[in-house]
Amino acid sequence: MLKTFSLGGVHPAENKISAGKKIEVLPTPAQVSVPISQHIGAPSTPVVKKGDSVKVGQLIAKSSGFVSANIHSPVSGTVFKIDNVLDASGYKRPAIIIKVDGDDEWDESIDRSPELKKDIDLSPEEIIKKVGEAGIVGLGGATFPSHVKLSVPPGKKCDVLILNGVECEPYLTSDHQLMMEKGEEIMVGAKILMKALKVDKCIIGIENNKPDAIEHMNKLAQEYEGITVQPLKVQYPQGGEKQLIDACIGRQVPSGKLPIEVGAVVQNVGTTFAVYEAVQKNKPLFERVVTVTGKSVKSPGNFLARVGTPINDLIEAAGGLPEDTGKIIGGGPMMGKALVSTDVPVTKGSSGVLIMPDEMAHRKQAQPCIRCSKCVSVCPMGLSPYLLMTLSEKGIWDRTEEEQVMDCIECGSCSFTCPSNRPLLDYIRLGKGTVGQIIRSRNK
Amino acid sequence: MSTLIISPSPHVHSGDSVKKNMYGVIIALLPALAASLWVFGLGALVVTVTAVAASVLFEYLIEKYLLKVPSTISDGSAVITGLLLAFNLPSNLPVWIIIIGALVAIGIGKMSFGGLGNNPFNPALVGRVFLLISFPVQMTSWPKPMANVGTYLDATTGATPLSIIKEGLKNGEKLTDLLKEIPSFADMFLGKMGGSAGEVAAIALLIGLVYMLVRKIITWHIPFAVLGTIAVFTGLLNLSNPEEYAGPVFHLLTGGAMLGAIFMATDYVTSPMTPKGQIIFGVGIGVITVLIRVFGAYPEGMSFAILIMNAFVPLIDRYVKPKRFGEKVK
Repeated sequence: MLKTFSLGGVHPAENKISAGKKIEVLPTPAQVSVPISQHIGAPSTPVVKKGDSVKVGQLIAKSSGFVSANIHSPVSGTVFKIDNVLDASGYKRPAIIIKVDGDDEWDESIDRSPELKKDIDLSPEEIIKKVGEAGIVGLGGATFPSHVKLSVPPGKKCDVLILNGVECEPYLTSDHQLMMEKGEEIMVGAKILMKALKVDKCIIGIENNKPDAIEHMNKLAQEYEGITVQPLKVQYPQGGEKQLIDACIGRQVPSGKLPIEVGAVVQNVGTTFAVYEAVQKNKPLFERVVTVTGKSVKSPGNFLARVGTPINDLIEAAGGLPEDTGKIIGGGPMMGKALVSTDVPVTKGSSGVLIMPDEMAHRKQAQPCIRCSKCVSVCPMGLSPYLLMTLSEKGIWDRTEEEQVMDCIECGSCSFTCPSNRPLLDYIRLGKGTVGQIIRSRNK
Repeated sequence: MSTLIISPSPHVHSGDSVKKNMYGVIIALLPALAASLWVFGLGALVVTVTAVAASVLFEYLIEKYLLKVPSTISDGSAVITGLLLAFNLPSNLPVWIIIIGALVAIGIGKMSFGGLGNNPFNPALVGRVFLLISFPVQMTSWPKPMANVGTYLDATTGATPLSIIKEGLKNGEKLTDLLKEIPSFADMFLGKMGGSAGEVAAIALLIGLVYMLVRKIITWHIPFAVLGTIAVFTGLLNLSNPEEYAGPVFHLLTGGAMLGAIFMATDYVTSPMTPKGQIIFGVGIGVITVLIRVFGAYPEGMSFAILIMNAFVPLIDRYVKPKRFGEKVK
């Protein structure tokens, strides 16, 4: 029996069309828009102004607090302006717009040699500092600043590092491909993270639908002490932090608590690769692997794209926007955001661009709840989605809170499953937002 | 592409639908329908066709002329109500009574609460119990099995195994003698006994159960809790005094225990939302059924037990919560 998490879960059609496609380097665009808020936490503060010339990897906006992140120029060129641009959220938000010159001149301190560097020279404290300086955030999509996760609060102890190679979202293959091509670097990255966290155990969780990655990583792990690969049963949302910890080591993070409560820290494999590059090669985070995929896409693939690149460039690289496009999703189909425009820039959290044909892009008419209880049985957090929806719809906030709405991880399993096509998660989000505000104002 | 569609996640759906679930239940009811035609022949056919047609027609008429809302008859739920009502009626019941039953089931049991999803009580049982109380004579005359294949209203009738035992015990007869008057357990398992049109053949109902479990239309909790409770409760009674109390096999095979546990108690709308709640619900049905059968005035208690437990569903759902993630810290 393969391991998996203990409550709920669904199995959407996997549709990993771009699996096995080699990572292609996307040419640098003529202009990039780098949002100053690409992470959870406070937006960064720009340190460049209009007319400044910048090199690849140069700091252009600095972290504005503990939970915030540095941002580095993904290109060489001239700062054109700092202005509001549409981002993946659909809002116009401040971004640093840089006109690219042709040279692609990198900051001298970055080691661009392809050799694997295994020896870790930095101390744990230096590693955490470096990760912070390099602007690394969780690349699985949550974009939580990584140095914060690595800084274990006093009184807490971490005993295991878990790497997230699950990629449970349908369609997405960027982490899978990264493991196949940069497995060795991920191993070293894991060793760096282990050193920073002072743990001697690392488990890499990979779902069983990627047997090649399991085999490859397993082979590599033989040479790295303390690192093991844990094959997992295919089950969405296994990539959720709490679900992955439960699946790998059988510990459940209590309601409202962080993974460190049960002695675990989780990092995505993409993030781990970024940590390797930052610590061993002095390369800050300004590019990432993005899957471009969809049923009608001509040549779906995995692309290494600079942050700030309009997703339109990615779509062109994958054969252009199909005629029948109805929806463009930033991320996967379960948790991704529908994009309002193809001008939206790639950010640190962009794991994929999914282009959905019009016929798949519409929701069906919602029908009355028939109380089938399928939403309850699939909820990985053990909540009652049907009830949370009704309570939120009616605005009964005290009971919405009592029913633990804040535990919802917004995985969408309930809405996915509902035979009546009810917009369960829409209303639960509304409830979560309102109850969150109530809790914050109460704690003031 | 002219405009992009914007909506919150998730952007994909399982493809499951109300229709798929309802038609799944209808398919699961087909073996029992076949068995009822085999055992009761023409009468079963007339009762089933009448009940289904009347249920669908009443839903259509009420939605069109009274509520003035779009019709929902194609979702299959009215067909299920009709089938289940028919399965709970004797196969020689006059058409006009069946029509009254369908009107009560759909009109009062379902539509008066707002239609599918809103009714607190199982509509088919509301109809059935209404008829049982209003027409006690017609509702308790049971055509003999296998002997009335070509007859309907003029079918020869006899008692059900449950009422043979109940009446016999009341008259001071010995259980061992009474058990000789009823069909063998093997015959009862195949449906060769008196009873409502669709309740007699345990084997056909169990095939339906397996189908619904495999298709994941229902989970095991309710049927197993109901049948398990009936088995344990009657088993204990039987052990305490074998001369007075019939054993679990008898009770499981008679009086619609199977039909109730598999198809009536598992009705989505009128059963609890959590596995734990469903078990409490099922145990409650089992206990009440045995209490009525053994100690009550009626020979059978399944319908009443389910309706009584239906009334407790909101309470169960209020206090029984699903197992939350992170509740148990290891």
